[in-house]
Amino acid sequence: MTLNDALKEYCLRIADNSSILAHRLSEWSGHGPILEEDIAMSNMALDLIGQARGFYSYAATLEGKGRTEDDLAFRRDTREFVSRNLVEQPDNKDFGTAMLRSFLYSCLSYLQFRALMNSKDETISGLSAKAIKEVTYHVRHCGDWVVRLGDGTEESHRRISNSVEDLWMYTSELFEQNEVDALLVKEGVAVDLNTLKQDWLNLVDEIFAQAKLTKPAEGGYQSSGGINGMHTEHLGYILAEMQFLPRAYPDAIW
Amino acid sequence: MSDNNHQWPIWEVFIQPKNGSAHEHAGSVHAPDGEMALLNARDVYGRRLEGVNMWVVPATAIVASTPEDVGPFFDPANDKMYRWPNYFKTPEGIKQIS
Repeated sequence: MTLNDALKEYCLRIADNSSILAHRLSEWSGHGPILEEDIAMSNMALDLIGQARGFYSYAATLEGKGRTEDDLAFRRDTREFVSRNLVEQPDNKDFGTAMLRSFLYSCLSYLQFRALMNSKDETISGLSAKAIKEVTYHVRHCGDWVVRLGDGTEESHRRISNSVEDLWMYTSELFEQNEVDALLVKEGVAVDLNTLKQDWLNLVDEIFAQAKLTKPAEGGYQSSGGINGMHTEHLGYILAEMQFLPRAYPDAIW
Repeated sequence: MSDNNHQWPIWEVFIQPKNGSAHEHAGSVHAPDGEMALLNARDVYGRRLEGVNMWVVPATAIVASTPEDVGPFFDPANDKMYRWPNYFKTPEGIKQIS
């Protein structure tokens, strides 16, 4: 694998994560619990789409085969997507699950972008410097809701505790790496996710403590394989919805 | 948020456009407390480089004059032109009043 191939793959990962999580958040547009939260969720979705565009564009440039950011977002199938399985998980219209999913992912995204601001690749460091401000807010907004729901009423505590049980099995996978990371970390372009794990746990523990939530016991089932194209059944449905228009109307512009 | 009241209190949002300038009223948001009012205000009014600082104030904390007050509050200055600075002649030799 060349450095160029690895860098393209790395950008696709970030872009896929942002794009899929943005889709999940955008499903709430018009369905937020109150108007202000509806706007907040749409704002976060738009932030993520912006991040995805930046990294898809760079991946397309690195690939150099004339594909565009739209081709990468809308003309790849599930096995080609290298997003983490956490971001594709459905929330079944449970607001707490949606907030927890974004919180768990944003904590890692925040730490990763913070480290990537020092990447030796100038495009990566530039895109990361822009994204970190947005993601810092996502951590705050979603973390705030996790605390409110966890330390809220009996019902809200019970429901978000269930969300923790449902989503925790997708957290180990956030830190999975392969030869792409090995190569890029050595070159000072990427960050070794193992070095972020304790910081991630600290961020999560701090919010969980305030929220009176407990993490599931270690040793339970953990999902695996997103970065190698292995996904849960949900990604296919997301792509079907996301990709319908550009596939059915290849000449459509927006 | 109780079961029979799903409407959160209103907070008025004030944004300071730049350092040193006065906060200006931007609009209002719903929120159960100050922290969420601030987050909501950021999402509704603070996404387009509007300013450098933000206040949220419970709408109930604002004491407002009534429409009937408009006469006694604002009218008496009509015949007192000396309350405006441009009523006074500028002394000769002064190029600029800052």
